[in-house]
Amino acid sequence: MKLEIIVAVIVLLFTAQFLYISSTTNAEFSGADGQAEGVIEELTEGTYEPIAQPFWEPPSGEIESLLFALQAAIGALVIGYFFGYYRGKNQSIQSTQSTQSTQSTQSTQSTQSNISKPGN
Amino acid sequence: MHIMEGFLPSPWWQIWFAISIPVILYGTYKLNRLMEEKRELLPLLAVAGAYIFVLSSLKLPSVTGSCSHPTGTGMAAILFGPAISAILSMIVLMYQALFLAHGGLTTLGANVFSMGIAGPVIAILIYKIGMKAGLNFYVTVFLATAMADIVTYLVTSLELALAFPAQAGGVIASFQAFAAIFALTQLPLAIMEGAITALIFKYVIQVKGDVLVKLDVIGEAGLRKIKGLTT
Repeated sequence: MKLEIIVAVIVLLFTAQFLYISSTTNAEFSGADGQAEGVIEELTEGTYEPIAQPFWEPPSGEIESLLFALQAAIGALVIGYFFGYYRGKNQSIQSTQSTQSTQSTQSTQSTQSNISKPGN
Repeated sequence: MHIMEGFLPSPWWQIWFAISIPVILYGTYKLNRLMEEKRELLPLLAVAGAYIFVLSSLKLPSVTGSCSHPTGTGMAAILFGPAISAILSMIVLMYQALFLAHGGLTTLGANVFSMGIAGPVIAILIYKIGMKAGLNFYVTVFLATAMADIVTYLVTSLELALAFPAQAGGVIASFQAFAAIFALTQLPLAIMEGAITALIFKYVIQVKGDVLVKLDVIGEAGLRKIKGLTT
């Protein structure tokens, strides 16, 4: 549990940082990738022409967030599926092991009694 | 860290392709061997790839008032090594280049190098050093993945700086300009990424700890020690 608490505190601090910045400044929270484009423009004094264009762009911000959400959803699905798979597998191994061990102790007891019988 | 489509002039985009392609080829070879020899580890490979998928889709706000995203490559790097991380990163970068116009096909080589090769190499180095020095496992994972994240962005800055040296001050001056945007924004994100990856590792150990021994990530004794500490 200790690690979970530490991570939760870090996430809270991160959220607090965002709330603080967004309420005290009027930052736009634009993408750092796009800002780099601005620096390139400054460095080359606006003379740089990109050598290629993306051949498809999401037609709107909504479509873009749809595709980003899809990306996250695919990833989360795979992670959740396999964690669940491993967990279930572990549990079934544990339960078969415990039934097997009770069965085996019973059988050893019965063989022992079988062996002891002729002697009587 | 995406360098956008068309924003690396010749010869730089070709150079980064030339550096990345051999690593991708070596990664394909390693991936094939993994599939032949340790098939039972494929689910974990899927999880590591999916983790990159999730983290690199999350654009998070940062102290600089701009947004950036974590990379998520540290986990794959620690588990499977940099070459396989490069392949997983390439898949994510292709998705984003084709469907989101983030990054691009001409800049794919450079983006694979920063995200899929440079970051993971740093992650595995820090991980190995930390474990040798006897640091706590989760602290080591935190440091390795957080640094992989930051280094990815520093390398991106370097790639851009090499292609666009400033008229006054050259490559160093423009590196500072790019790193000022990327690195500071990335710092809180890297801390988040490191912390969350450490947590994911805790759960991997809980459900499938023996896998880490099979992958030579930790020894048998190390695994028992970590399990003893967490449960």
